Amino acid sequence: MLELKNVSAGYGTFQALFDVSLEVRAGEAVAVIGPNGAGKTSLLRVISKVIDLNGGEIAMEGVSLNDVPAHKIIEMGIAHVPEHRRLFPRLTVEENLKMGGFIASARSHFDERLAYVYELFPRMKERRHQLAGTMSGGEQQMCAIGRGLMSGPKLLLLDEPSAGLAPVIVQQVFDLVRRIREEGYTVLIVEQNIQQVLKVVDRAYLLEVGQIKMSGSSRELLENDDVRRAYIGL
Amino acid sequence: MDFPLTDPFFWETVIQGLLFGGVLALLSLGLNIIFGVIDVVWICYAELIMLGMYTIYFLYSDYGVPLPLAMLAGILVVALLGAALHYFIIRPILHTEPINQLLVTGGVLFFLQGFATLAFSVEFRNLGVSFGSIEAGDMYIPTTRLLAFIVSLVAVVGLWLFLKRTYLGTAIRAISQDRDVMPLMGVSPGKIYLVTSALGGGLAGLGACLLVLLYDIHPAIGLTFGPITFMVCVMGGLGNMIGGFIAAFIFAEFIALGGFYAEIEWGYVIAFAFFIVMMFIRPQGILGSKS
Amino acid sequence: MNIPMIIKAVGFLAVLSIPALGFSDYVLHIAISALLWGFIYTGWSVMGRFGLVSLGHGAFMGIGAYMVTMLWNHAGITPWIGIPVAVVVSMAVGFMIGFPCFRFRITGHYFALVTLALSEVVRLLIVALRDYTGGSLGVTPDSVISADTPNSFIAMQFSDKVTWFYIVVAVWVVGLLVWRAVDRSMIRYAMEAVSQEEDAAASLGVHVTRTKLIVTMISAGMTAVGGAIYGQYQLYINPETTSGIAISLQIVFAAIAGGMFVQLGPTVGAVITLLLTEGLRQTVGHDVHGLDVMIYGAMLVLFIIYMPRGVLGRVIEVFENRTGGTSGPTTQPRPQPGE
Ligand SMILES: Nc1ncnc2c1ncn2[C@@H]1O[C@H](COP(=O)(O)OP(=O)(O)OP(=O)(O)O)[C@@H](O)[C@H]1O
Ligand SMILES: [Mg+2]
Repeated sequence: MLELKNVSAGYGTFQALFDVSLEVRAGEAVAVIGPNGAGKTSLLRVISKVIDLNGGEIAMEGVSLNDVPAHKIIEMGIAHVPEHRRLFPRLTVEENLKMGGFIASARSHFDERLAYVYELFPRMKERRHQLAGTMSGGEQQMCAIGRGLMSGPKLLLLDEPSAGLAPVIVQQVFDLVRRIREEGYTVLIVEQNIQQVLKVVDRAYLLEVGQIKMSGSSRELLENDDVRRAYIGL
Repeated sequence: MDFPLTDPFFWETVIQGLLFGGVLALLSLGLNIIFGVIDVVWICYAELIMLGMYTIYFLYSDYGVPLPLAMLAGILVVALLGAALHYFIIRPILHTEPINQLLVTGGVLFFLQGFATLAFSVEFRNLGVSFGSIEAGDMYIPTTRLLAFIVSLVAVVGLWLFLKRTYLGTAIRAISQDRDVMPLMGVSPGKIYLVTSALGGGLAGLGACLLVLLYDIHPAIGLTFGPITFMVCVMGGLGNMIGGFIAAFIFAEFIALGGFYAEIEWGYVIAFAFFIVMMFIRPQGILGSKS
Repeated sequence: MNIPMIIKAVGFLAVLSIPALGFSDYVLHIAISALLWGFIYTGWSVMGRFGLVSLGHGAFMGIGAYMVTMLWNHAGITPWIGIPVAVVVSMAVGFMIGFPCFRFRITGHYFALVTLALSEVVRLLIVALRDYTGGSLGVTPDSVISADTPNSFIAMQFSDKVTWFYIVVAVWVVGLLVWRAVDRSMIRYAMEAVSQEEDAAASLGVHVTRTKLIVTMISAGMTAVGGAIYGQYQLYINPETTSGIAISLQIVFAAIAGGMFVQLGPTVGAVITLLLTEGLRQTVGHDVHGLDVMIYGAMLVLFIIYMPRGVLGRVIEVFENRTGGTSGPTTQPRPQPGE
């Protein structure tokens, strides 16, 4: 579904990604793991074209994204739930969800998708008129994922959904990711909580200093001694 | 001095102030939305209003266009000007220090004022449309002022509904909270800024429709309305439309009552001094919360 | 003695010899105006260059012009005393507006708009006190000079342009020196600030407020002097030409156009704007009122977009790039507004 070939990208003169190639097939859940500053967020950003592509190819369902501007990416069926959630703090939950369904093709489905998100997260329905910035971290993450779903995407990019949450909530977030998979969405997820994420995805890539160092099924990575030593702390 | 509460002139003044407050509230709307969303103060805002007034005046007086149509044209012209101002002048320096954006619109202020002087001369022009006044007890209320007041209220409510109910309005509010995430929602910030600028311009144009009924038009009229409009916006908390609305009425009453007890300038002096003091007490605006 | 010093010395002598060159009174008048406005703009840039963008300098100019004239007309107090009084009042006003602003960190747009309100307050006060000030019609300092006594030292009224020229040159030079002194001490201060230990950060906050206040008061005082001399020289002042939003914006923009980060930038701004106005008046005549303002506005827009360091700032930049020279103390990187 999504394919990256030899992608390089960065910020000004600073290069954050070197020759990254990666693939996400339809129906799959794929994780990108790696240490702080490895370039995981940058990878999702370049897919969303929020940062410029300096080399290589990105294609979604065979259509090149190279010349697609950032604000058109969502129309290609890619929804990006950014790092730190980035809700609009002074909009209500429902208004945040409305922004998720801003694109023309999503507007006619607003009611049905809203109902769907509320069904997925009944908590959001209770809080629909609350300002997003006043909710707890876990609730905000639900809202952010809900917002991502409102455009009816085929592929969901999740950037560290468990970051900054209490252990119990982290568990809930991963349950959530699992449910979203079951709903049939294709997921590309970036995580630092490697042990947990590898339990919900099919495959994973290990990114270090902007380069893919290893890839394989979750089991392979989980059993790899280097990964275990460096990232899981066993 | 007489006991004011029994003095019909006193009440007439209070009501005049209230009506003037409506006009100020409308004038502050456009500036406020621009500031709230784009974080830019259009120092030339009142000069845009001036051009709107000229547009209406000439279409109506010289070309015989019916007044409502002329007003519509005035709104459109100023809306376009607002969009052009943003696109050609603000956008290129949007990423530089914020004060530059304020200063650049100051250049535009001189340009527009010079242009108006050159093109239309310093002559004072009056539309010469009057709707008479309404008599209420001992008081006379000019119909135009009442009309201006009502239009202001309608515009405020309309804008509020637009911002609250529509996708575009929600996006306009959202972008002021987090610009960088907007592309992920499928929104191009540049486009929203342009639309907002046109909207701000359109509101300035609506202001022009009211002012053209109430005041003479001349190239320096912007200097009389500009400062007070900025003060209203700032005191309400730049970008806070409800705050601006309340501030407009406070200012207007200061001015009206100042004019009642002394001369109109004293009203302005007190209003501006009050503004300065308020800035020290509540720099975030009367309704703003500390952040 | 290095090359810039020689250039400056030659330039200064050239300025001093202007009256000796037998120019007409008109040319002399332009020269006086350029230097006087140059001084006022320099006064503004003393604070403007540190990011304290004031739109309120019309207030200080108005205080300077009106204080002195009112003291003379109504109390017979000579401008020689009136000017110091006006400077003190102006500095006090600068303090009153600056202290809360810096204390409460009112910066950027807000600072600009608060100061704008101040300049409107002063303008409106002048209008409102029309029984004393003549209101918007303006006022003339009571004249004591005539054909028999062309000059009066006590009244600071001189019918002779050459006298005015040298007075204004002196004031202007003092302005440049003040600018330089502030520049020097700010660099020292900035270096001190960098070397401060972190636990001194709290006292640094106090220090910053105090420094900003001093700079603001110097700037206000200079502008008041400029306003006073403007009144004495023109022998006519009115609220629009000495205070309010229009004059405040004029001060800001000329300083920006010339370049507020270099010592002579504001003066260059004064020369440019005067030449523009006078040039247009000479070539296209009086019937195109507004054209100068229009071109001026367009220039400002272009300057701010393409040449934010002003004409002179840009020239020096290009010159230094070409010669590979190092930046002198006057061309350090632009400080951020506010903090
Ligand atoms: N806006 C930016 N400007 C310049 N450099 C940036 C920017 N954002 C990120 N970087 C740099 O790019 C590199 C990769 O950053 P990125 O945010 O992609 O890492 P990450 O893997 O997501 O880290 P984390 O796990 O901490 O979120 C880092 O060295 C970072 O400093
Ligand atoms: Mg990251």
